[in-house]
Amino acid sequence: MSEIITRRKLIAAGFTAAGAAGLGVAAWLADRYGLIPPDHGHIFGSGETATYAALRLLTSRHSLAREFNRSDISKVAPVKGEPPENETYHRLLAGGFADWRLKINGLVARPSAYSLAELKRFPSETHIFHQACEEGWSFIAEWAGFPLSYLLNLVGVMPQARYAVFFGFDTHGDDGDLRYVKGKWNSIDMSDAWHPQTILAYGMNGHDLPTGHGAPLRLRVPRQLGGKSTKYLSHIFVTDTVSNIGKGYGAEGVERGFSWYAGI
Amino acid sequence: MAETAYLPGLAIQEADRLESTRHSAVVRVTHWITALSFLALLVSGILILIAHPRLYWGETGGVGAPSLIDLPIPFKIGYSGWGRYVHFLSAWVSVLTGVVYVFAGLFTRHFRRNLFPARSDLSIASIWRSVLIDLRLRRPAEEESRTYNVLQRLTYLLVVFVLFPLVILSGLAMSPAIASVVPALRDSFGGQQSARTIHFFVASALVLFLFVHLAMVALAGFMSRTRDMITGGETHE
Repeated sequence: MSEIITRRKLIAAGFTAAGAAGLGVAAWLADRYGLIPPDHGHIFGSGETATYAALRLLTSRHSLAREFNRSDISKVAPVKGEPPENETYHRLLAGGFADWRLKINGLVARPSAYSLAELKRFPSETHIFHQACEEGWSFIAEWAGFPLSYLLNLVGVMPQARYAVFFGFDTHGDDGDLRYVKGKWNSIDMSDAWHPQTILAYGMNGHDLPTGHGAPLRLRVPRQLGGKSTKYLSHIFVTDTVSNIGKGYGAEGVERGFSWYAGI
Repeated sequence: MAETAYLPGLAIQEADRLESTRHSAVVRVTHWITALSFLALLVSGILILIAHPRLYWGETGGVGAPSLIDLPIPFKIGYSGWGRYVHFLSAWVSVLTGVVYVFAGLFTRHFRRNLFPARSDLSIASIWRSVLIDLRLRRPAEEESRTYNVLQRLTYLLVVFVLFPLVILSGLAMSPAIASVVPALRDSFGGQQSARTIHFFVASALVLFLFVHLAMVALAGFMSRTRDMITGGETHE
């Protein structure tokens, strides 16, 4: 009798050890292949991790969002949220963003700052994308700008980079302690950052980017919901971890209940 | 091997007992997990919907654009974020449970035995008879309640093989990441907003099924039927 129990215990212990080791290996592999989102430790992190891992395995860098025709462009492009309240933004807006600079630093060989005129001299592209909001509405618009990958190549991204972080105008503005960052900020993994359709847009539907849509420059990540496409950009930060920014969830929105990954 | 050889009687008893229950263990476990995750999907789905309670057709839609249906409820933003979190978490639970249920149903012949109607029952007259019987809204006799009638069978098949797949696919069709991998899925629903509208109506059909299901369970004896779905119940004693 005791022998049977001992054997049973041994088998159970064996299974437990194998299970734990299996989970450990799975977690290591998942991390190694970028399948774990920064908000995996959030209260709803398990569902988020499953969704992110599944969609990352399903989408490759080669899967493309649909490009629509000019005739598909929506007559109405709803605006979500107000422009940044801060004085600097309104001063720059009044000056036609002549004094605005896009700063890019972090894990890059050549930290830089570009004026709007300089960015407009980058090889430009237009894309007509569908964009849906978390709330349920959507529209199609034409965006003019350049691929984020062009800028990343220009500044030389270091191999250990894992995330590109986007700070809007209402965030810290400068190199304060990122743990205490305030306002709107977001991040994408390098798979999305290098994606050919991930663009920085300064134009919309044949005009300069309207204030409500994020002037002077916004991100467009067409394989994710609209909230991921950070508006009113002032600073791009390339990093190997987002754990030291804000609460460490990879986006300010997670603290308000929105999942970091928005390919859903 | 040696251990089972010592206990042939027990093994036979076990098989016998499984055969005699009203609901198999797989059906019972998947039923309750599905019930809980469906409830979570419903509540979180409503939270997502009220952020923009309008439905559209085609690829796009929003305030100022022509809508298909304006639901008579106010716009209430602020809940869709965690609503989505709960929705996707429970969607995973519900879909994985559904996969287990369908494979087990095929493997144990649950579908063939309990859900596929007999060929002879598939006449209009037979279905109509069963509608009339159900419309009398009286407690079924014990021998009637041991098996599903043709109307119940067709309804369960519709829920399992039409409504659930449709609600899952229309949900997936809304995802921009999925649309970049299988654009045909979104196209087959007529666009992102059409998929959202279809998702809403199929979910509504599932809620309607839930109400009818609960009413029928209440009619047949709520406590005893619920107990049977927990313990398995006995079909003959």
